[in-house]
Amino acid sequence: MIQLKVNGTARQFDGDPDMPLLWYLRDILDMTGTKFGCGVGLCGACTVHVNGAATRSCSLPMKQAAGKNILTIEGLAPKGDHPLQQAWRANNVPQCGYCQSGQIMQAAALLKQKSKPTDHDIDEGMSGNICRCGTYQRIRAAIKQAAGVKA
Amino acid sequence: MNGISVVSRRGFLEGVLSAGALVLAVPLARTLNASDADKAAFHPGVYVGIEPNGQVIIVVHRSEMGTGVRTTLPMVLADELEADWKRVRIEQAIGDRKYGSQNTDGSNSIVEFYQPFRQGGATARMMLESAAASKWGVAASECQAKNHEIVHAASGRKLGFGELVAAASQQPVPKKEDLKFKPASEYRYIGKDIPITDLDKLVTGGRAFGMDAKVPGMVYASIEHPPVLDGKVVKVDDSDALKVPGVKQTLQIEGYKPPNYMFNSLGGVAVIADNTWAAFQGRKKLKIDWDLNTPHATYDSTAYKKELQETARKPGRAERQLGDVDAEFAKGGKIIEAEYYVPHLAHAPMEPPVAVAEFKDGKVNMWAPVQDPQTTQQTVARAVGIKPEDVTCNVTLLGGGFGRKSKPDFCAEAAVLSKQLGKPVKVVWSREDDLRFDYFHFVAAMYMKAAVDEKGMPTAWFGRSVYPPMLQNSDKPGYGSLGFMGWMDVPWEIPNIRTENGMAQGHVRVGWLRSVANIPHAFGVHSFVDELAAEAKRDRVEYLLALLGSDRIVDTTARGRGGRGGGAARPNPYPIDTARFKRIVQMVADQSGWGKNKSGNGRGWGIAVHRSFLTYVASVVQVEVDHEGHLHIPRVDTVVDAGFVVNPERARAQFEGAAVFGTSLALMGEITSGDGRIQQSNFHNYPVARMNEAPTETHVTIVKSEAAPAGIGEPGVPPIAPAICNAVFAATGKRVRELPLKKAKLV
Repeated sequence: MIQLKVNGTARQFDGDPDMPLLWYLRDILDMTGTKFGCGVGLCGACTVHVNGAATRSCSLPMKQAAGKNILTIEGLAPKGDHPLQQAWRANNVPQCGYCQSGQIMQAAALLKQKSKPTDHDIDEGMSGNICRCGTYQRIRAAIKQAAGVKA
Repeated sequence: MNGISVVSRRGFLEGVLSAGALVLAVPLARTLNASDADKAAFHPGVYVGIEPNGQVIIVVHRSEMGTGVRTTLPMVLADELEADWKRVRIEQAIGDRKYGSQNTDGSNSIVEFYQPFRQGGATARMMLESAAASKWGVAASECQAKNHEIVHAASGRKLGFGELVAAASQQPVPKKEDLKFKPASEYRYIGKDIPITDLDKLVTGGRAFGMDAKVPGMVYASIEHPPVLDGKVVKVDDSDALKVPGVKQTLQIEGYKPPNYMFNSLGGVAVIADNTWAAFQGRKKLKIDWDLNTPHATYDSTAYKKELQETARKPGRAERQLGDVDAEFAKGGKIIEAEYYVPHLAHAPMEPPVAVAEFKDGKVNMWAPVQDPQTTQQTVARAVGIKPEDVTCNVTLLGGGFGRKSKPDFCAEAAVLSKQLGKPVKVVWSREDDLRFDYFHFVAAMYMKAAVDEKGMPTAWFGRSVYPPMLQNSDKPGYGSLGFMGWMDVPWEIPNIRTENGMAQGHVRVGWLRSVANIPHAFGVHSFVDELAAEAKRDRVEYLLALLGSDRIVDTTARGRGGRGGGAARPNPYPIDTARFKRIVQMVADQSGWGKNKSGNGRGWGIAVHRSFLTYVASVVQVEVDHEGHLHIPRVDTVVDAGFVVNPERARAQFEGAAVFGTSLALMGEITSGDGRIQQSNFHNYPVARMNEAPTETHVTIVKSEAAPAGIGEPGVPPIAPAICNAVFAATGKRVRELPLKKAKLV
């Protein structure tokens, strides 16, 4: 039996310990905010925080999630008003929006490490997350706005 | 569009609004699948309903894949209605022919439906005004809608929309020619920045996409398709697959009957499981004997490229003929020739193909991210042997589309499996499935030739392009026939122009990708223009303006082809206008600081100007190439003349995104085949631009215009690849004639 916390709630899982966290979240817990994009950690759509660190949930087997604190987009801010979510709204970032949960979770981890990121920090931190619609320049602007860094 | 009729409270259809010539009366289907707007107390047309509490429901029948259409179309209707945006609820239409075309492609939503939505709003407003007038016993002309109320200015009386719905639904429906529209000066929403309808959901991880759909009792399916086009399953050993925890069973899916693949399933073996992961794992354990004895099992991209290039060097079928190019070439002046090549490309939307279907009592209910729910109804109906109207297609948000989700093969798969299993099924394509079994954008080879005068201006222009046709039966070659997309409709003022198209055979499923044939054609045409200007040692902007020539209308309809590729309205509201072309060239030059920028030593600026989907777009791209040949794009400037633009904010977003999409295909996009099998499988070998590879800044200017509204979603893409390659030439002196650019040695 695997025990873990998801957005502060204690959970137990007795299924296939090799099942990636992504599918546990989506198919078992029916928390669909975390997205499936590539399945091999190349696109970042499935990004969640594991003990505070940005992690590709598609590549983390449940056995490795045991005992961990998982934070998903649904738990980032109870009212959906995390400074990044507000900045995402202010900059009208999303187009199709499918990758944006992962982008926001990645950006939240970045800001925890670097509260005033430079352009280089943003490139480094965000280039694992693909946006096929091409919203990158607005993502950059939103991160800077949330961090209070000059555009 | 003729008249808009009232649908009564009972939901009985007395008439419908039609956005094409399509008029249908299907009362039974209507009552079964009535939208909330249909059921509203006042329902003056298929796109709008108003409830007694004042709630306005606006139906969007086009699919949202990121363009903002679920916001932009309602803005048009709400504005004409004088509705308070805060009291508007937006409802996504199911697939239903009463809405007119729901085929969300061709950058057509506003082009086709700006006017119907405007008429829908004006109709409802005028009926509300008449209703208030008759209550007050005054002339309707004295009553005016203002922010969700009807106001009688002379007496100061007011009634809310909700209070008037009962009376309004008894009013006669105004004739189309009697509709009065608001003056532009009174627009509340059109032209303003309105946040997109789904913004909140999209930043909080709300359930929104096809991938998020779930119905009670649903099982999950993942499908192994034949690795080669027209391949078939001979034998399946599923014993190991069935041992995977969570796997329930396997099923064979009969695919299309070769050679007609169209929108049908490729067929194969489905693994059914109680979660997606188990279905994926089960598939890895399948042992399948395939019959791959098909003409496509030897498809090899290297050999195919040579074949296309050879065809491009031989006479083809004429598309456009102006003057006599051969006579001009025979004069013995200076001749310039070049060949260009663009490989297969994949759509790779972030959300792979996915669909949920429930077959029950001879009907299908489904939830899917599709660009065309009516085609989905037809495809699914055929696959399970029922009538299209017995397929209810609920359209979710699309996690990207780019043309892939116009093709509902994955929906047919879900329905077929549900019919066999007797329970709802969710079919999930992996990224590997998406990249290996896409409807690939066609590979294209182009040959170009020009005769130039002493100033370097062409006196004869010749182009021949060769690419396999889309959705063609797999057993025969054909002409791509997409010359109207940026090949035969060049706006240059040249007395002798000829374009041709050569024949080619497709060996994979071939479909369209954002901006379609404009991708290869713009690359060929605008690279060639840059080559001509380089040969003439002339400034590119000055050369382009000279090539565009005098201010004039280039009437493509006179040559038997509409500006939109046939069937253009007469008089054509969208003729090619060279003055509009020249204005945006000037504007983008000014905006990018063209005259002040000095190319060379690894820095370069390139320009391309292209009209597609009726929209004029000029882009200047700046590149930097370091000593190791690494390329960086610090800045893109784009100027757009799309006629009247309803939602400039979302339009800018589309052109920002198009710069990234264009960068992806220019720098790194390439799908190849060996032994009939696609060699790319995920983002490591089919990379798309990431933040550090995308243009750092893209500056978009939308020209203010009162001309007829034109396309927004696609036309930003075509100029980017040639502008990048022209900038690379300016920076390094290396001419890139084949995409992707990553294969070229820049130092």
